[in-house]
Amino acid sequence: MTGTSPHTAPRWAIWLPLALFLAFVVLVLIGLLRPADRNVTSALVGKPMPAFNLPPALPARPGLDSKILANGKPHLVNIFASWCVPCRVEAPQLGVLAARGVPIEGISVRDSTENLQAFLEENGDPFQRIGADDDGKVQLALGSSGVPETYVVDGKGTIIYQHIGEIRPEHVEMLLEKLKEASR
Amino acid sequence: MTAEIGLAALWLAAGLAVLQLLAGSLALTRRGEALGGAVRPAAVVQGVLSLVAFLCLIYVFAVTDLSVKLVALNSHSMKPLVFKIAGTWGNHEGSMLLWVTVMGMAGGFVALIERRLPERTILATLAGQAFVSLGFYAFLLIASNPFERLSPAPREGNGLNPLLQDLGLAFHPPTLYLGYVGLSVAFSFAIGALVTREVGPAFARAMRPWVLAAWIFLTVGITAGSYWAYYELGWGGWWFWDPVENASLMPWLAATALLHSVSVLASRDALRAWTVMLGVVAFSMSMIGTFLVRSGILTSVHAFAVDPERGSFILALLAINIGGALILFALRAATVTEGERFALISREGALVFNNVMLSAILGIVLFGTLYPLLAEAMGAKVSVGPPYFNPMSALFAFPMLLVLAVGPMLRWRRDKFVRVGKALVLPGMLVVAAGLGLLIWGGVALLPFLGLVFAVGLALASLLPLKGRSLRRTPLAVWGMVTAHFGIAVALFGMSCESAFTVERLVAAKVGDVTEVGPWAIKLDAIEPVAGPNWTALEARLLVRYGADGKVVRLTPQSRSFWAPPQQTSESALLTRWNGQLYAVLGGEAAGETGEGRWQVRLWWKPFVPMIWLGGLLVAFGGVLALMGRVASDLRRTIARGRVADRQESRALLKERA
Repeated sequence: MTGTSPHTAPRWAIWLPLALFLAFVVLVLIGLLRPADRNVTSALVGKPMPAFNLPPALPARPGLDSKILANGKPHLVNIFASWCVPCRVEAPQLGVLAARGVPIEGISVRDSTENLQAFLEENGDPFQRIGADDDGKVQLALGSSGVPETYVVDGKGTIIYQHIGEIRPEHVEMLLEKLKEASR
Repeated sequence: MTAEIGLAALWLAAGLAVLQLLAGSLALTRRGEALGGAVRPAAVVQGVLSLVAFLCLIYVFAVTDLSVKLVALNSHSMKPLVFKIAGTWGNHEGSMLLWVTVMGMAGGFVALIERRLPERTILATLAGQAFVSLGFYAFLLIASNPFERLSPAPREGNGLNPLLQDLGLAFHPPTLYLGYVGLSVAFSFAIGALVTREVGPAFARAMRPWVLAAWIFLTVGITAGSYWAYYELGWGGWWFWDPVENASLMPWLAATALLHSVSVLASRDALRAWTVMLGVVAFSMSMIGTFLVRSGILTSVHAFAVDPERGSFILALLAINIGGALILFALRAATVTEGERFALISREGALVFNNVMLSAILGIVLFGTLYPLLAEAMGAKVSVGPPYFNPMSALFAFPMLLVLAVGPMLRWRRDKFVRVGKALVLPGMLVVAAGLGLLIWGGVALLPFLGLVFAVGLALASLLPLKGRSLRRTPLAVWGMVTAHFGIAVALFGMSCESAFTVERLVAAKVGDVTEVGPWAIKLDAIEPVAGPNWTALEARLLVRYGADGKVVRLTPQSRSFWAPPQQTSESALLTRWNGQLYAVLGGEAAGETGEGRWQVRLWWKPFVPMIWLGGLLVAFGGVLALMGRVASDLRRTIARGRVADRQESRALLKERA
C-alpha cells in the first residue's frame, strides 16, 4: 500500500505521469488530425455470415437466426445498444433506410428489454427482427470491435460490406448503393 | 460602446498578466528581487479588469445588442431576461471569458490575503497563475473575441439551444467552472512550491481552502448536472457515463483524492510529492475535461459548443501547461525531501488507500472515455457504455467504501484494527441484516445489492467518529467529514434503490385510460395544446393517485416545439414523495393503424431516487462545514501569531527604553 506513496517511488515512476500525458496528447492529436474516413475493409467482407441463432430481444418481435439472412434478398444487419451514444446519432439514418424499403435486422448487445424498448420509443424503430446478444458472443464472432456497426449482407448470407461506427446522413446513399450491388 | 470597454479591459488584463508573469519570475532571481513588489498589485488589478470585461459581456447580452456577433449568434430578443443573461456563458467565447474572469479573480484574491507562505513561493505561485491565464487570454483575444462586432447588425438573433433554456442549466456551467478554476489555484500553488522547494505543511494549509472550495463547487455542479440530465433529457436515467459527464467527474475524483492527501500533508507532513502530483493532476483533469467537451472529439449527448479548431488551441494550451508542470515535477520531485513515515494500519494508511482507489477509478473513467479515440486510432469506431464503467468502477469503489468506514477512527501514524473493531460490530450487524433482508426480498442484482448493503453500513459507520466526543466542542472540520461521508452513504442508497426497484411502463393510452405503475394509478385525462414565450407544446393532463386512497394530483408533461432554433424537447413531469419520485414523459401520437387517438406516455416509479442528489448536496454541505472550520482556525492562528509578534515587539521596546 505504501508502495504507491512517494517514500519508495522509484525514479522511473516520477517520469510516468509525463509519459502517460504525452501518450494522451499523441492519441488526441491523431484523433484531431485524422480525416473522417470510416471505410475500413474488414477481413469478414466476402465471407459468409457466421452461424448464430439469437433469442428475441423483445417479446413481440422474432429473434435473429443467421439462416434468415440467406433468404435471397439483401439485408442490413445493425449492431446496436440502448446505452450507446452514437447509436442515437445514427437512428434517423436507419429510419430513412427503413422507409426506403431496406430490411434491417438488429442485434442488440448487452441490453435489457426495458431500456431497449425505451430506446426504440425515443429514437424510432427500423428493425424487422431483433436478436438479443446478451454476452456479446455474436458481436465477437462477427469481428466487431464495438457498437454501432452495420453489415450489408447479400441474399446468400455473404457479407458484402462492413460499416464501422455510426451511419451519418452522408453514408445513406452509399449504403443504398452497396445494397443494390448485393442484390445483383 | 460597452463592447469596446469590455474588449479594452480584456486587453489590459492580458497585459497585466504578462507583467505578473515576468515580474514574478524575475523576482525569483537575485538581480530582479526589486520587481517582486509589482506582482501582488498586478494580480489584483488583473482580477478586477477581467471582471469588468465579463460584466460588459453580460450587459450586451441583457440588452440584446445584436451588433455584437456573439449576441446575434446565440441570443434572441424574445428570450426571458434570465436566459439572456445565462446565454452569456452558454456559448464558447462567453464561457472562456468566464473562465479567465474567475481565474483572474482567484489570483487577485490569493495576492490580497495569502501571507502565510514565504514570499518567494507566493511570487512563483502568482507567476504560474499568470502563465496559465495568459494562454486563455491569448485564446480569447486571438481566436475567439467575444466582443466582435457584426456590421450590419441583424434584425433578430439566432436563439439559444432550447435544451439550455432551463434555470438549472443556467447556473450549472458557472458552478463547474468555479470548481475547475479553484483547482487552477491549487495547481499554481503546486508549481510555486515545486519551484521554490517549499513543499510542506504550510504549503498544504495555504492550498487546502482552495481545494476544498473547488471541490464543493464541483460536487454541487455534478449533482446539479446529473439532476438536469435526469429531468431535462427525459430518458429517466441520472448518469449516462457520457464524455461530458465524465469530464466533470474526473476532476472531482482527482480533487477528492487531493483533498485527503493535502490533509495528511497539513497535519502530518507526509505524502509530499504525491500531493503536489495530485495538484497537477486535478487541474489537468479540468483542462482535459474542457478539451474533450469543447473539441467535439468524442460523440456526446450533450456537448453544445463544439469546434475542432478550438479543440486544437485548447490542446496546445494543455500540452504547454500540463506538460511543463509534469516536467517540472519530474525534475524536482526527487529533491522534495521525504516526508514523515507511517505504518500501514494508520489514518495515513487508510487515506493513502483511499487515494489509490480514487486514482484507480479516475484511471478507469479516463481510459473508458478515451477508449473510443484509441480504437479509432487503430481504425475502429466504438462506444463504451455502462457495461464497462459500472462494474469496473465498482471494483474499486467498494473496497474504498469499506476503508472509508474504518479510516476516520484510526489514529495517525500507527494503530491496530482491534482498537476500532469493537465500534464496527454494530454497523457490521446492520450490513448482515440488510443483506439477509434483501436476499429474502429477492430479485436484486449484484451491484445494487452491494450498494444497498454498503450504504446501510456506511451510514452508521460514518457517524462513529462523533462517538465519545462532546458534540458542542467537536471541530467544524470533523462535522464536515462526518456529513460528507454520511452524504456518500445517502447517495449510494439512492443509486442502488433506483437501479434495484424502479418500475417502468410504456403505454399507448387513449384519453380516459388508467395505467398502473408500482403503487400509482395514472389516468390520462386530456391532451391540450399550450404556448410559451418561444415555444408551443402538447401537454398531457395526468391525474395520478398513490395507493388506493391517496389524494389525486395533476401532472402535466409536455412535448415542446421551439421555433428559434427549431427543435423538439420533452418536458418531463415529476412528482416527489418522501419515498421516491413519479416521472412522466409525453411522447408523440402513437404510430400505426392501432395508434389512432393514442398517445405514447412513459411512466417510471423510482423509489428513493431523490436521495442521490440529496446525498450529493450533503457531501457538498460537509465540504462547506469543513471549509468554514479550516478558515476560522486559520484566522484564529493568524490573529494569535499577530498578538505574539506585537507582544514581543513591545517587550523589545520596553527593554530598549530600560
